[in-house]
Amino acid sequence: MSSVTPELPPAQASLRASDDGIALRTESLSLWYGTRRALDAVSLAVPARRITALVGPSGSGKSSLLRCLNRLNDEVDGCRVDGRVWIGDTDAYAADTPVHELRRRVGMVFQRPNPFPLSIGDNVAYGLRLHGVRQRRELDERIEAALRTVALWDEVATRLDDSALDLSLGQQQRLVVARALAVEPEILLLDEPASALDPAATLRFEELLRQLAQRRTLLLVTHNMQQAARVADFTAVLHQGRLVEFDDTDALFTNPRQRLTEDFITGRYG
Amino acid sequence: MDRLHLSQHISRQFNSEIDDVRRRVLAMGGLVEEQIDAALHVLIERDAAAATAIRDRERSINEMELAIDERCTFILARRQPAASDLRLVLAVMKMLADLERIGDEAKRVARMAERLLGDEGSADLTAALAELGEQARGMLRGALDAFARFDGDLALDVMRRDRRLDGLYRDLNETLVARMQAAPERIPAELERLWCARSLERIGDRCKNLCEFVLYLVQGKDVRHSGLAKGE
Ligand SMILES: Nc1ncnc2c1ncn2[C@@H]1O[C@H](COP(=O)(O)OP(=O)(O)OP(=O)(O)O)[C@@H](O)[C@H]1O
Ligand SMILES: [Mg+2]
Repeated sequence: MSSVTPELPPAQASLRASDDGIALRTESLSLWYGTRRALDAVSLAVPARRITALVGPSGSGKSSLLRCLNRLNDEVDGCRVDGRVWIGDTDAYAADTPVHELRRRVGMVFQRPNPFPLSIGDNVAYGLRLHGVRQRRELDERIEAALRTVALWDEVATRLDDSALDLSLGQQQRLVVARALAVEPEILLLDEPASALDPAATLRFEELLRQLAQRRTLLLVTHNMQQAARVADFTAVLHQGRLVEFDDTDALFTNPRQRLTEDFITGRYG
Repeated sequence: MDRLHLSQHISRQFNSEIDDVRRRVLAMGGLVEEQIDAALHVLIERDAAAATAIRDRERSINEMELAIDERCTFILARRQPAASDLRLVLAVMKMLADLERIGDEAKRVARMAERLLGDEGSADLTAALAELGEQARGMLRGALDAFARFDGDLALDVMRRDRRLDGLYRDLNETLVARMQAAPERIPAELERLWCARSLERIGDRCKNLCEFVLYLVQGKDVRHSGLAKGE
């Protein structure tokens, strides 16, 4: 394994070296589904212990990019990836990188809450068991800790054996975050995680994201520009598989450098 | 003119809201220009009749200020604008205050000019005041044009003209002080002229503020308190 070069991609010159470091980066990452290119030489550095929003029109490659970062695309037929992905100083696509360990370090939360058809407790325990945690006591402790982190513990403590599918949508979304958190990932990828939530649940969910980012790196795909503006420290804009702009969120939402960004975030037809 | 592509939102309703605000600001600016014209008419042409419409126009200006401000508030609340849309709304809200105060200064000039109607003064003084007034009026016209066309270069040009206005004001100030020292009985009239001159000079300062907001709107740069703002 070689170590990560300290140089930042050109689009990110505004990232200061004094920042907390880079948790993950892609180098000239391209992706094809068959002959169709969905990502085009994306070089993106994601700052550690910050929230970075990933925005862009539908079909611009946001989900494809997320799936590259913990190699979920490996499961997609006809999908080919070129370029590099560094998780810390691990080369994600190196032959000697164990994929299950990569997926422990880089967790994923999807758009629709997708609890497994198991009990609430077993949902959270699922990943832990997969990673070899067997002792009942340790399982119980870590289930409780994860559920507390997402502020779900008080609501479900007495019904851990009930089916997760009986929870409300907002509770389910917090449950799948707890499931992802239980294995203590450094990086959490979130693909439109709040799109099914009502306004109050959305704000509570955003609060949770801020809190999680104190210790973890979050990469958040969202179609809600106000959400990106509210929670993200940095924002990256993807358009037709290319990284158009990356900047701190204040700058990007008041004075974007690229016309494509401006048109996209202000709802203009470019 | 749509350098900022403000008419290219997917929402046509939003396009028309933005355009409406922009046109209202220009209309308000037009009324403020008329206030300056009227004040200069009283001051230079010694035409007392020009003062009569000032009060009505001031009421219209105040009403327009409130209406535009309210529309901006609605846009903020309902559209949550970003980038140039956001900068436009913020710039307009700040420009409103300066425009309204330029109108106030003009009204003040007219009031003092009315008190000067019986005073002879001198051709030189009248010419100096006229030049000061022309400069101030030109700066407002320039600032409004810069806003109408989202023209940052023009805004910069207008900002630089403020130095010339300051120079004219200083010269006139010296002349008036000398006249007061030479003939103390002239003090009341020359003081009125001094205050007129100062109001006109302040109009120039406020026009410079307007241009700073235009620059912010066009370039996204806040140039207040920078070298640019000092005319460098
Ligand atoms: N499994 C797949 N097989 C073939 N093509 C795919 C697959 N997944 C995505 N694509 C294509 O890749 C491109 C990028 O899709 P992707 O889902 O990454 O976009 P996105 O930015 O996440 O869009 P959205 O905002 O709608 O979720 C699209 O053209 C899409 O049709
Ligand atoms: Mg997607």
